[in-house]
Amino acid sequence: MTDTTAAAGRRRTAPLVRRGAALLSTLGVIAVTMFGLIFVTFIIGRVMPVDPVLAVVGERASKEIYDRVYFEMGLDKSLVEQFWIYLTDVLTGNFGTSTLTARPVVEDIARVFPATLELATIGVIIGIVFGVPMGVTAAVYQGRWPDHVVRLFGLFGYSMPIFWLALMGLIIFYGNLDWVGAPTGRVDVFYQDIVPPVTGMILIDSAIAGDWTIFWNAVSHVVLPAAILGYYSLAYISRMTRSFMIEELSKEYVTTARVKGLSERAVIWRHAVGNVSVPLITVIALSYANLLEGSVLTETIFSWPGLGQYITNALLNADMAAVLGGTVVVGLTFVGLNMLSDVLYRVLDPRARS
Amino acid sequence: MASDTLQSTSHTGWRAWLLTDTPASRMQARLGQLYLGWRTFRSNPLALIGFLIIVALVLMAIFAPLLAVHDPYAQNLDLRLRAPGEDGYWLGSDDLGRDIWSRIVHGAPITLQIVAIVAVTAPTIGLLVGTAAGYLGGWIDVVLMRITDIFLAFPRLVLALAFVAVLGAGIENAILAITLTAWPPYARIARAETLTIRRADFIAAIRLQGAGPIRIITGHIWPLCLSSIIIRVTLDMAGVILTAAGLGFLGLGAQPPLPEWGAMISAGRDFFLDSWWVATIPGLAIFIVSLGFNLLGDGLRDVLDPKRKSA
Repeated sequence: MTDTTAAAGRRRTAPLVRRGAALLSTLGVIAVTMFGLIFVTFIIGRVMPVDPVLAVVGERASKEIYDRVYFEMGLDKSLVEQFWIYLTDVLTGNFGTSTLTARPVVEDIARVFPATLELATIGVIIGIVFGVPMGVTAAVYQGRWPDHVVRLFGLFGYSMPIFWLALMGLIIFYGNLDWVGAPTGRVDVFYQDIVPPVTGMILIDSAIAGDWTIFWNAVSHVVLPAAILGYYSLAYISRMTRSFMIEELSKEYVTTARVKGLSERAVIWRHAVGNVSVPLITVIALSYANLLEGSVLTETIFSWPGLGQYITNALLNADMAAVLGGTVVVGLTFVGLNMLSDVLYRVLDPRARS
Repeated sequence: MASDTLQSTSHTGWRAWLLTDTPASRMQARLGQLYLGWRTFRSNPLALIGFLIIVALVLMAIFAPLLAVHDPYAQNLDLRLRAPGEDGYWLGSDDLGRDIWSRIVHGAPITLQIVAIVAVTAPTIGLLVGTAAGYLGGWIDVVLMRITDIFLAFPRLVLALAFVAVLGAGIENAILAITLTAWPPYARIARAETLTIRRADFIAAIRLQGAGPIRIITGHIWPLCLSSIIIRVTLDMAGVILTAAGLGFLGLGAQPPLPEWGAMISAGRDFFLDSWWVATIPGLAIFIVSLGFNLLGDGLRDVLDPKRKSA
């Protein structure tokens, strides 16, 4: 008797305790992963067999200059000390100064990040708008031709080099048809730096400024790169939607809904899609994170002034502070989105909560 | 007529030997298993196409010197940027007058080399880490899996870029960077497989016979992880090819004049609006090969993964 009441009491308090513990362990994982990210970039920057002093002073510097830079960079200290300095620097937002732009890396990244965000956001929206219906259609017609078309279309997306697809898009839609803007970045050269930056996203900024010429010019520039990123996002989203839906449609409640006479449309779109929407949200968050990676090459092609182009430019000019700063930021965003998808899953799916 | 029946009986005899319920030897059972797998695989036309593409790539790489009609490095500045079909250039010529077809053919061994090295090294590292973590458990598991998670936390291309940035550009460093970024998923898979079998009775039986952890892991856990690893490798190879091409495109992978396909696209970038073929054709080659790996991987998954077959 007392045994059962105690058990009931445990049952009541247990979810709270367990949720608290789960939250703590998630936070712990985030902290360890972020620490690890910073550690890996530290290793890449300091311990690998490249002399960081030479990268700064060049091959022909005198011994005095070399020594001065050596001490200024703190390379005489132990590795543990160096890592500690690096860690505190990164945590206080100090990624050093870019040798290429002569500005703090953090300022540079704050300036270029909105451009990447703008592109990736439009890309993922395209991916959702087309990918989800395609995945659902493929699942409904499983094994028949619409399914094969959707699967092949997705596989093509998985198999194409994104920079090549971008070049092909430019040949067709810019070179031959002249439907989209030139690959000169977010607007034509003569429109650049006119709109006062508010959000850093040119579509929003030009709309705020009420400058519709620039707005439409920006639209013509964003269409192609966003469509290409959108295709990659679509390939992933449609594939995942298809497999979620196939599993969902084989469940008994779907049969019940059909038996009680619901229209096929209501069964699919209201019941089944409603139930797969939770795992889909996590897929979309992951796809968003992956677009950050795809944008490295896409931005290079379209001269898009975003984080990807910043990192590759820094790379080609041996600007290590900028490369590592950019890598940390991309890594942190990636981890952040992954964690966000995890949290969203827990919040939205009642089954995952207990 | 007579020969026809004879052939069909010998055919069924051969098939019956493979499909027998009571194989006489371990080899017969293995071959039978292989035959069944091949039958499932053959019934999937897309997987077969993928398989044929990979076979074609391997043949192309082996017979590259015979298939190339020109020297892939020979420049001919009088015949720059010829369109496909002109002046004996099947697929046109690039900005230095080099035959694109010959360069594509000679690029096949490079691609194959990258794929082969990554396909061997990355899963090996992953298998070592994953099975050790899964079988030994405890703090070793926690530490190894945290390290794996950290590597997984970077987008692959960005991490590879950072590695190449410090190691220096070049094909060896590109392969090293790709391997360093490719192993974590294998570690995850190997660990998951290990966790499901390490408490199995047959493992306990081997342990009772006195086998140590190394023997158990290498002799009994690794073979059981292999099928999921092989599926993942095949599906992963498309990604490896694309990452290598991306590095080559950024000028961080294979260096000129090596006919690496990604670098060839990059070379065609400066005049892609006028001479579309220079960038288009190497990209098509990359696309076809990675599509081949994707199709093959999808097909292999149906053959090797019994869990998905029922679904």
